[in-house]
Parts: sequence; structure tokens; C-alpha cells
Amino acid sequence: MTGITPEALVLAFSALGAGLSIGIAAVGIGFGQGMCGMKGVEGVARQPEAKGDILQVMLVGQAVTETTGIFAFIISVVLLFANPFIKVLL
Amino acid sequence: MHSTEHLGPKVIFSFADGRFYISETVVWAIIVSAVMIILALVSTRRMEKIPKGGQIWAELIVGGIYKLVSGVMGPNKARSYFSYVGTLFIFMIICNMLGLFGFRPVTTDLNTTFALSIITFFMIMYASIKSKGIKGHIKHYVEPYPFMIPIKIIEDFSFPVSLAFRLFGNITGGAIVMALSYQGLGFLSQMLIGKIPILGKIPILAYMLPLPLNFFFDMFEPVLQAFIFTMLTMAFIGVNSAPHEDVAEGSKQDQKQIITQ
Repeated sequence: MTGITPEALVLAFSALGAGLSIGIAAVGIGFGQGMCGMKGVEGVARQPEAKGDILQVMLVGQAVTETTGIFAFIISVVLLFANPFIKVLL
Repeated sequence: MHSTEHLGPKVIFSFADGRFYISETVVWAIIVSAVMIILALVSTRRMEKIPKGGQIWAELIVGGIYKLVSGVMGPNKARSYFSYVGTLFIFMIICNMLGLFGFRPVTTDLNTTFALSIITFFMIMYASIKSKGIKGHIKHYVEPYPFMIPIKIIEDFSFPVSLAFRLFGNITGGAIVMALSYQGLGFLSQMLIGKIPILGKIPILAYMLPLPLNFFFDMFEPVLQAFIFTMLTMAFIGVNSAPHEDVAEGSKQDQKQIITQ
């Protein structure tokens, strides 16, 4: 562990944190959006004439599910491009 | 945004030692607004009973959005909020689609999305006060129990924040993926034909290959995000302006119709 500067350590853990942030959030979102899509398909299969309404409601539901993932994405973007910890260190 | 060098928008010009500046996205927002106003003026200059030319398109767009809004909010509220929601929808579609022409989409700036969502927030407050009165608006914070006041206030303020971050995150994510894919394809074609003297600089692999990505991130996602923004705006305006009145009016009209029949 010799020869590692504090900046390098902070950058390495920032990159790791960015990846883990969006990666772990994506698991939950994938599950949630899959559930949305599953129920949407079930609804259309049961009642094909309501396809338009079901699609509309399903897309809005998926977008609301996605919000937590978008927050995780913004955290990882901030960690990668505008790292706040490096500024503290310098 | 075809570069990953810096994330923020480029500053076009600045004054007062760079403390105040006008960035790329502001200029594009003004251009988009100007184009929308000019198109609206040109297409409705000579209104005729039997439409032709631009008027057909204008009527198609306005009629389609009106049908959507009245389907969600009901015809009574749609008449008063349709102009705001429709303008928001068209503006956001064009703003998000700028990536298709190689420019930076306006909504990859957090300031733009927060401006849009704060306007929506005030619109919701206006709708609530207009339908319930100021007394009723304050009263709905203490219903059903007074100790729920903090939760209600947090609910009110978290809505515009999540709306702004959703739009910003989706469009920025798409732009970053597009920039990375263009960079990667340029690098690969450099490896492939980089030895050829003059032609070697042309990224030939970026010619047709990114089309599916373009289709998803520059055409599908913008329309979807604009649609979701306007749908949630409509839903919250509809929830916050009392729904009981509409029902009561509807039933009164029904009764009148029954009486006249």
C-alpha cells in the first residue's frame, strides 16, 4: 500500500461509489419496472380494447418508479464529474 | 453534447467578471421559444373555416393535446389549464429533441428543469387557491389531522424537486450515453483505418451504427419524458383543485338535461 497518494485514494473510492450507487439502485428499478410491465401485459391480455389507457398509466407508473434511480444517477454523475471530496482535500 | 470533457453547458458570453453569464442552454431555449411563436403566428395568420396548409397541422396538434388534457382533467378544468399544459408539452418535446441535430438539449441544464417545475408548482398552488379559496387551501393542510402539517408541506415541496430531477436525469443520461458511444465509435474507426493519410481522421463507424441509440435517446425518450412531465402536472392540478365541484356541476347538468327532456 505504499506510493498511494490521498488524492488517488479519494478518486478510486469515488469511482467505486459512483458505480455502486447506480448499480444497486438499478436492481430495484429493474424489478419495479418489470412488475409494471408484467401487470400491463396482463391487463392488455385480459382486456385488449383498453390498450391505450393501460399503456398510458403503465408508462407514468414506470416513470415514477424510475425516480429513485435518477437520484442515484445524479449522485454518481456528481461523484465522477464534480467531485466534492477532492476540493475538501486540496 | 458530443463531448465528455465538461458536464456543464458552455458559457457563450459573460459580463461582470464572469459572475453573470448566458450559457448555451439559455440561448437555445430562447431560439426554441422564438421558433414556436413564429410557427404559431404563421400557421394561424389566415384562419379559414375549411383549413389548409399550416392551419391543418396547428389544428391537429392543438386538438390532439386538448383531447389528452380533457381526458385526464375533465372538460371543465381542461378549458382553463389546457393552454399552459400544451405549451409546456410542445416546448419540452422540442427542447429534449435538440440532441437529434447535434446540439446540447436544453433540459440537460438543471436550471431549466427547475424553472419549469417551479412554474408548475405555482400553477398547482394557484389551482388549489382558485378552487378552494385561501381559507380552504390552508385548511387542507390540517386535514385529516393537525399533526400531519409537516408531511403535507414536504409532499408539496418534494413534487417539483422530483419532477425537475427526473427530466434532467433522463435527458442528461441519454446525452452522456450518446457522447460515449460516439467517442467509442470514433476510437474504433481510428484503430481500423487510422493508418490511411487523409481519410483516416473520418470516424466511419459512427455513420449508421448509432441510429438505434439516436432513435431511443433523441426521439423516444424526449417525447416520453415530456408526456410524463405534463401528465404528472395535470394529475396534481386535478388532485389539488377540489374534485367535488366538478362532480356536483356534472350531476346538476345531468338533472337539467333530464328535466328538459
